[in-house]
Amino acid sequence: MSETTVHASPSVYGYLAEFDSADGLLAAAKATHAEGYAKVEAYSPFPVHGVSEALGFHEAKVPWIIFLAGVTGAMAGIGLQWWTGSVDYPMNVGGRPNFAWPQFVPVTFECTVLFAAFGAVVGMLALNGLPRPNHPIFNGKRFELASQDRFFLCIESEDPKFDPHDTRRFLESLNAHAVSEVRHDDED
Amino acid sequence: MAPKNPLEETFIEGEHSYETLDRSIGDLVLDQKRQPGMKWWVPFAVGFTLLQVMMLALTMLVFVGTGIWGINNPVGWGFAIINFVWWIGIGHAGTLISAILLLFRQQWRNSINRFAEAMTIFAVMCAGIFPLMHTGRPWVAYWLMPLGPDTLRMWPQFRSPLVWDVFAVSTYFTVSALFWFIGMIPDFATLRDRATKVFPKVAFGIVAMGWRGAARHWHRYEQAYLILAGLSTPLVLSVHSIVSLDFAVSLIPGWHATIFPPYFVAGAVYAGFAMVLTFAIPVRKWYRLEHVITMKHVEWMAKIMLATGLFVFYGYLTEVFYAFYSGVEWERFMMLNRMTGPYWWAYWSLIFCNGLVPQILWSKKVRQNTGILFVVCMFVSIGMWLERFVIVVTSLHRDFLPSSWGMYFGTVWDWALYTGTIGFFLFCMFLFMRFLPMINMFEVKELFSRMIGAKPATSGKSAVAAEVGVHE
Repeated sequence: MSETTVHASPSVYGYLAEFDSADGLLAAAKATHAEGYAKVEAYSPFPVHGVSEALGFHEAKVPWIIFLAGVTGAMAGIGLQWWTGSVDYPMNVGGRPNFAWPQFVPVTFECTVLFAAFGAVVGMLALNGLPRPNHPIFNGKRFELASQDRFFLCIESEDPKFDPHDTRRFLESLNAHAVSEVRHDDED
Repeated sequence: MAPKNPLEETFIEGEHSYETLDRSIGDLVLDQKRQPGMKWWVPFAVGFTLLQVMMLALTMLVFVGTGIWGINNPVGWGFAIINFVWWIGIGHAGTLISAILLLFRQQWRNSINRFAEAMTIFAVMCAGIFPLMHTGRPWVAYWLMPLGPDTLRMWPQFRSPLVWDVFAVSTYFTVSALFWFIGMIPDFATLRDRATKVFPKVAFGIVAMGWRGAARHWHRYEQAYLILAGLSTPLVLSVHSIVSLDFAVSLIPGWHATIFPPYFVAGAVYAGFAMVLTFAIPVRKWYRLEHVITMKHVEWMAKIMLATGLFVFYGYLTEVFYAFYSGVEWERFMMLNRMTGPYWWAYWSLIFCNGLVPQILWSKKVRQNTGILFVVCMFVSIGMWLERFVIVVTSLHRDFLPSSWGMYFGTVWDWALYTGTIGFFLFCMFLFMRFLPMINMFEVKELFSRMIGAKPATSGKSAVAAEVGVHE
């Protein structure tokens, strides 16, 4: 790949630094955040605790989605049992109440869990923008190791502080195993 | 840096790196030559053969009806309900391992959870067959769902535990399947990236859904996974409780007891761990996974089995106590009939299998001996089946009116369907072991990264390995 074409080239997705260990990645993420980079992403084969926070990411939307889904499930469950048993098709069983709420606890609970579980899975995938089979980061050098035994940090070219020269030098100063350029297109 | 927990040291044995862990687990799928040959084919063939027996039994049932079974007038709930409860119980260990042990931060679970979750899913599938067929007309099973007056001109009766059961079991299956799938996405990505052949690369690429291990993705992933575990924990307790309410809400002596929900849940975990060990003991050997499913795992599972076995045994004693303490003539008769009536052999075999045999697990030597442990697990599985037989049959066959007493025995078709579902279970489990990563690779690697602490994990080299090379 030719380094000279990098300047202001829209085809550069970012610079990718490769690390040997989870701790190396964590230290690099902290340093990158401290340096003022904003469009940064770390990649690791397993969750490395503290990396997302080190990048300044503290989102807690998933728990709220799950909570709201669970509440929806609970209301749907109790509503279904109330409406079918008391309004649409009341049936007198030995004079017992139609809205026998203690008897409605199990189904309400199951509906709560069912909806919340779908909220967790669908919410997590949707916020992550998955499924997305292709992504420029997959063009990164040795990036197939990101799911195996290597740790990567990418500073994206959309970052306001991104500069082909300085960013590369900065990444090299982080004890990275290797630093390479990631392009949008596959051909380079 | 997380503090080093001394307990973690031996959860992965031998010299390893991330690379060797991936290779020992993931490449079992990618490199089919690493499958253990006949040791895979023989159990698979047994499962496949019995699966045909199941298909035959189901076909007969659909054509002829439930008359081919042994159920009769006093005993309307025969093998179908016994086997349903047995299978559902077996599934419970999977959720316990994957969810409850996760919440308690028992990291040793990381190498057995995937496997146990697969068992849950297949066991619940086997369980579902029985009530479905017991309806007699499985093609109208959708009547159980609240589909509304347009379809049925009526609604399900939500004041009945049988409807709760439909919701509990279908929710349990769905949530378990979601939990299992979500847990596999990062491993699918690993397999996608390691695959060299086109077909596995494309197939795992599709199911990995483009997972790229981004820190923000992991952040949300862990939130979702942890909360799913939190949801699954009360769910698993609710499922067998609701199953037990099918019995406890009725008025039959021997069923109408408040101890049923906790007693059923303990029995479920007990049977489930026995089944996990039944598979784990041979499989860890055949697939050379002793370094991740260590003797420590085996021993701890045996201890959980012993503990839950004692809960169950306590349940049996309580049942006897209350039968006499209650002063209810029918309860007292039920208990005497269980012990000395025509089904005395079932009751005493159950006490032997579930109450006495597991007591040898107090010995560390026995817990460390996989051969004996395997036999104990067989006893427990049989014992738990007998427990459900005793509960269902002895309570029903002689109830309030002596004029309506009767006897119940399973027919050849009852046994065919039962052994058939065991075949179906074997068939599914061995397919799973061949084509999906049977141990959670990313969680094992995470555990490994905590074990090695701050040392750099160079791929495939022993720099790391020396750190964890010391065995127990």
